[in-house]
Amino acid sequence: MTAGARILEVADLSVSFVTESGNVSAVDHVSLDLAPGEIVGVVGESGCGKSVTAMSLAGLLPRSARVTGSVRLRGTELIGAPETSLRRVRGKEIAYIFQEPMTSLNPVLTVGRQIGEVLQVHERISRKQARARAIELLSLVGIPSAATRVDNYPHQLSGGMRQRVMIAMAVACNPTVLVADEPTTALDVTVQAGILEVLRDLRDRLGTSILIITHDLGVIADIADRVVVMYAGRVVERAPVTELFAHPHHRYTNGLLNASPTPGRHAGTDRLQEIPGLVPVLTTQPDACTFADRCPAADDTCRGSAPPLAALGVADHLVACWHPVEAT
Amino acid sequence: MTNALEIEDLVMHFGPVRAVDAVSLTIPRGGVTALVGESGSGKSTVGRCVVRLLKPTSGSVRIGGVDVTHLTRRQLRPHRSTVSIVFQDPAGSLDPRMLVGDVVAEPLRLSSARMSRAERQKRVAESLGQVGLRAEVARRYPHELSGGQRQRVSIARALISKPSLLIADEPISALDVSVQASVLNLLADLQRDIGFACLFITHNLSAVEYLADEIAVMYLGQLMEKGTRSQIFSSPAHPYTQALLAAAPVADPVRQRARTPVLLGDDLPSALDPPSGCRFRTRCPLAFDKCATDVPPHVKIGNGEAACHLVQADGTRPDVRAGVPE
Ligand SMILES: Nc1ncnc2c1ncn2[C@@H]1O[C@H](COP(=O)(O)OP(=O)(O)OP(=O)(O)O)[C@@H](O)[C@H]1O
Ligand SMILES: Nc1ncnc2c1ncn2[C@@H]1O[C@H](COP(=O)(O)OP(=O)(O)OP(=O)(O)O)[C@@H](O)[C@H]1O
Ligand code: SF4
Ligand SMILES: [Mg+2]
Ligand SMILES: [Mg+2]
Repeated sequence: MTAGARILEVADLSVSFVTESGNVSAVDHVSLDLAPGEIVGVVGESGCGKSVTAMSLAGLLPRSARVTGSVRLRGTELIGAPETSLRRVRGKEIAYIFQEPMTSLNPVLTVGRQIGEVLQVHERISRKQARARAIELLSLVGIPSAATRVDNYPHQLSGGMRQRVMIAMAVACNPTVLVADEPTTALDVTVQAGILEVLRDLRDRLGTSILIITHDLGVIADIADRVVVMYAGRVVERAPVTELFAHPHHRYTNGLLNASPTPGRHAGTDRLQEIPGLVPVLTTQPDACTFADRCPAADDTCRGSAPPLAALGVADHLVACWHPVEAT
Repeated sequence: MTNALEIEDLVMHFGPVRAVDAVSLTIPRGGVTALVGESGSGKSTVGRCVVRLLKPTSGSVRIGGVDVTHLTRRQLRPHRSTVSIVFQDPAGSLDPRMLVGDVVAEPLRLSSARMSRAERQKRVAESLGQVGLRAEVARRYPHELSGGQRQRVSIARALISKPSLLIADEPISALDVSVQASVLNLLADLQRDIGFACLFITHNLSAVEYLADEIAVMYLGQLMEKGTRSQIFSSPAHPYTQALLAAAPVADPVRQRARTPVLLGDDLPSALDPPSGCRFRTRCPLAFDKCATDVPPHVKIGNGEAACHLVQADGTRPDVRAGVPE
């Protein structure tokens, strides 16, 4: 993949929160990018900063967040941009879907009205046109008999269909970038498969770039072109998907891959590999590898300075480790 | 030898909600049976009937040969220690105001046997040790522990009464992958060492393959298929089982992308008004007229059974991928 056209470029993004019990460092010098029509997956344990990274892209974080670094959309800097231009970016350029569709949908409006309202914020169209577009969008995301469903209220739909409605709202204005934060976590596998298919189809048909956040390695294996692995607020590894699964260079990535009970494994013959220890909660970012406490290869270098994210082997495989697992 | 658990024609209705309809299931002593199926299919309800948090509408539950279906609270007491349950949400199922030690000791206090304080403390330390926690943890509060540690605490609490049957209701679904691995390893070790039987409720199929000997697949309150691990994973008979297995993504991009997707609609029917005939028919790509009119019988196939009109006792089974029977 060439480094040429990047729609979205995040560089050295750091986020900390001021809380009553002190400072929380959530994201530390995160860098990632998205090419047109590319699907990038972000994985990592709970609390490692995936959602905070995603929310900071379009300035969705609460006031208590201190954000530094750079987020460029087609070359335009968004960090520190005025609220008026961010508002234009949200929905129209960068759209979001979240885990819980029920809490994000308005229970007293039909799904058609809700999609219509999104359209009318960004485009000058009539109610009637909006309704017609809503029906189009509902069938785009694979809802059968869209012309009837358009008049349904959220509670009349199943969880999977509600998530499809959320996707329809998110892509209503044909955004450049779609950020999907755990879009299938609350759904069953049979329903999840359908949602992932819709995302893939949007990318193919509309060329939407997608940043998908999950902790399910199966979802990543299924849909992502490239993967970003986060640990305690930092990117520890970044690589094309097959490369990452075949040659993980970071021991945290390795640990995640070995911890999953993959097909054919059984307790009678095989033990799952655990990653001993706990994810640290950081008030400041130490000049050390944040994985050192749990890493079998850690030495004084690891405890004394933070490893940079650097290419190893293939050009687009980056790893932040002083003693990476070598490519075999 | 009597079985650890025998469920026969279990029915549990909540008013008009037909949560569980005629489920039969047997777990031999020391065996692990997984109960899988989508959200709302009635898995937890079955578990709650077994521990008698719910009184079944009809049918029977026998634990170690004893019929507990109609026992009153009082009559249940002596049987309380033979079956325990671990709930899905480790945070929500532990009382935040109680010390971990008291949380773990609770089943002992509730049981009929009298026990000295010292004896109780010894048992708590022993039980915490079994799940790999240090005895000091007893003096902490649940919120001071990590998610994985809290789940270990709830397993310690479940095991302290030395049950012969453990109901594990989604014990790993709220946890991270690496913490999941440690809880799965722990359950496997404990089960092997102590030898309790286990009803492992989950929707995580790879965890099922890892831990279970037998598998029962539920859909909308009914069992669609039962069988041994190898049979369910290598030659599932029911279209729903086949679709479930096909839909669960494997954590390997090369293998995952080589698979043929099987997409079902997501217009899920409701337990308030389940479809006539086969309950899976509204999402089944193979459904035909008979599926709407006749309830498919449970047909024996290999080491298990399946309820689908296209499954026959001679071993004929449909293939949901092909869209037509073989
Ligand atoms: N508004 C906030 N105030 C203070 N701390 C916050 C806030 N939002 C997030 N954090 C902290 O920032 C860190 C990163 O959180 P984030 O939500 O990005 O994690 P995540 O990787 O998305 O985890 P999960 O998989 O559980 O969704 C966590 O330690 C979290 O507690
Ligand atoms: N106390 C109750 N009152 C009314 N309905 C209930 C009650 N408990 C469960 N139900 C309903 O019974 C059905 C089965 O629920 P159950 O919790 O057993 O499903 P499950 O398979 O465990 O799902 P999940 O995977 O989401 O945990 C659902 O339709 C649910 O809404
Ligand atoms: S073929 Fe008919 S009986 Fe078999 S699963 Fe499909 S709908 Fe049910
Ligand atoms: Mg998150
Ligand atoms: Mg349940």
